[in-house]
Amino acid sequence: MLWFRTWRLGIKSLLLHPMRTALTVLGIFIGVAGVISLLAIGEGISQEAQRQIEGLGADNIMVRSVKPLNLPEAAASSFILPYGLLREDYALLVETIPTIKSALPIREMRRMVRYADHTIEGRVVGCTPEYADVTRLYIERGHFISDADVKMSQNHCVLAAQVVERLFPYEDPLGRRVFLQEHKDYYTVVGICRDRPPTAAIGGSLDAQDFSNDVYIPISTMRKRIGDTVVMSSGGSREGETVELNQITLRIDSIDNVQKTAELVEQMLEKNHGKLKDTAVIVPLELLEQARRTKVMFMVIMGLIASVTLVVGGIGIMNIMLATVTERTREIGVRRALGARRSDIVRQFLVETIAMSVLGGLVGVGFGLLCPLAVDTARAIVKSVAPDLIAGLPEIMRDVTPIIVPLSIPFAFCISVLIGVMFGLYPAYRAAQMDPIEALRHE
Amino acid sequence: MKLAAKLEDLTKHYVLKSETVRALRGVSFDIPEGDYVAIMGPSGSGKSTLLNLLGCLDRPTSGAMYLGDANVATMNDNQLSYTRATRIGFVFQSYNLIQQLTVVENIEVPLYYQGRLNKRDRARCLELAEMVGLQDRLSHRPAQLSGGQQQRVAIARSLVNDPYFILADEPTGNLDTATADEILRLFENLNQLGKTIIMVTHEDEVSRHAKRIIRLRDGLIQTDERKENRTVLN
Ligand SMILES: Nc1ncnc2c1ncn2[C@@H]1O[C@H](COP(=O)(O)OP(=O)(O)O)[C@@H](O)[C@H]1O
Ligand SMILES: [Mg+2]
Repeated sequence: MLWFRTWRLGIKSLLLHPMRTALTVLGIFIGVAGVISLLAIGEGISQEAQRQIEGLGADNIMVRSVKPLNLPEAAASSFILPYGLLREDYALLVETIPTIKSALPIREMRRMVRYADHTIEGRVVGCTPEYADVTRLYIERGHFISDADVKMSQNHCVLAAQVVERLFPYEDPLGRRVFLQEHKDYYTVVGICRDRPPTAAIGGSLDAQDFSNDVYIPISTMRKRIGDTVVMSSGGSREGETVELNQITLRIDSIDNVQKTAELVEQMLEKNHGKLKDTAVIVPLELLEQARRTKVMFMVIMGLIASVTLVVGGIGIMNIMLATVTERTREIGVRRALGARRSDIVRQFLVETIAMSVLGGLVGVGFGLLCPLAVDTARAIVKSVAPDLIAGLPEIMRDVTPIIVPLSIPFAFCISVLIGVMFGLYPAYRAAQMDPIEALRHE
Repeated sequence: MKLAAKLEDLTKHYVLKSETVRALRGVSFDIPEGDYVAIMGPSGSGKSTLLNLLGCLDRPTSGAMYLGDANVATMNDNQLSYTRATRIGFVFQSYNLIQQLTVVENIEVPLYYQGRLNKRDRARCLELAEMVGLQDRLSHRPAQLSGGQQQRVAIARSLVNDPYFILADEPTGNLDTATADEILRLFENLNQLGKTIIMVTHEDEVSRHAKRIIRLRDGLIQTDERKENRTVLN
């Protein structure tokens, strides 16, 4: 009953100056909304990054061919550049490192793919049957490249869902033959993939991958019928490269061995490729751990920024409460004369600061929860007003969906109340320490 | 006769940097229940100092002051607060109502600081408001009332805790003559109902109505006389 009166009185006192109260609350409001939405954005980014990295498989190591930046003399003068992973490397790795459970060689190149009067520029991927499993590719109909296909270097292919849509708008592709234009060669469609979302670029050495134009063929067939050398003619000049393998995906027997194996792989490749630097080893596990560390750091930085805002908000409250205490000196004197103890005065002013910070906290929580919506709206607006700006952003920021961290709500709320108490204590103490006689004399 | 207050050789010294101001230099008197005392004296004679001691807002430098059996001189701050909340009714020159609160709520304040506010108490607040003639203004704010009305609320507030005495500091100082008369009439009625009233004033017009006048000079009681032929307002 009496505490109810105390609160009602506090709220009444605040309502006596609604504008002042609103402005004071603003600081806390921004702080709390900030904490919640910054953490939500951080969580969104990091979950997306984790999802993508996990998509690569935490027990995998990827070795990629990288076009070297510092070309050797001989290579620079010829128009065909040989670089990257060799089948020899593949054999060496598989034979000498016991922790490798399976190894998956991949060769990719861009080729024109035709059926009837439809043509697309496809990404032709030479691979082995394990590819589907390791890269989490699912078959909609038919089957993936089989061991027999590889062994007998069959002219068989498996098409990505989007390739099917574009090459076979009306017909069933299974059993039909698509045409590789550059090589005047036919491949029989044996399987169709389920639709598969693209992955973002990770680190410096793994580009964003778009699987929509993929045509999978046995790697042996590719070697026999296409070869390692690809020549591209662009505007009169001809350029080419000889690459035996674009990637070797190694599956390691246990997650504990991933780091050690990666180091070993790097050492072994060093021998053949040391000078050229035309290979890169990507360890998703490492990226995953790095992403976790980044997340922790991000959270700490966000936390710091938000606490600065909250402290500024708290100082705002203290400032106003000091002014209020001075302004209400007479009231304090009267209350003391009528029997208020020092602790009653402290309580009265604390209640006001707590009411303000709770209000700021509640409104802040409300706005913080709207953050995902706000980000979507802001993105839509920026997209329509300044599309270049959006395009310039890193992909992970362009697509980020904030995810509210449930714990951030009570956290931000408690912090705001704590701030109210902390910054309200001093003004309340000042009020309580006043001499009632002098307070009564105050004009 | 039962005493509302008993003062024994009260002194109050203010220690300043260069000197010590001896505002009260040994004041003793009794206030029986039902008394109506006016404290008078020239400026600087120690009236306010005495009033602050009587109101338990301050502790004496030496001497004793008894409210009932309790010696105020030895109380700590919380005990003083509790004594003010339960034993003393204040009426100020400038009314000193709390702006955020309505008439009834203002009357309730001393009870709030006693830590009690039950149905009976609320009913009592309403009775008091009616007694001072403000039953139609219960939910008004002080700013919506005239000076005389505000002083009536203050008087109702001073009665709510059923105090040993009402301390009134120039209660009519801010009022015009007609309104001042109304307030004095109210005091008169209260006194006739048995309430003890102690009033500081410098106007003979006002002190005329008291039963007893204590004159201070330089921190000492100059005269303390009971009047035979006082002006009684009805
Ligand atoms: N807080 C104080 N500090 C120092 N001196 C004071 C204080 N209060 C009153 N005095 C001094 O005590 C004397 C009595 O003052 P006061 O009780 O206010 O007299 P009155 O109310 O009769 O005018 C005066 O000389 C005054 O200057
Ligand atoms: Mg004075």
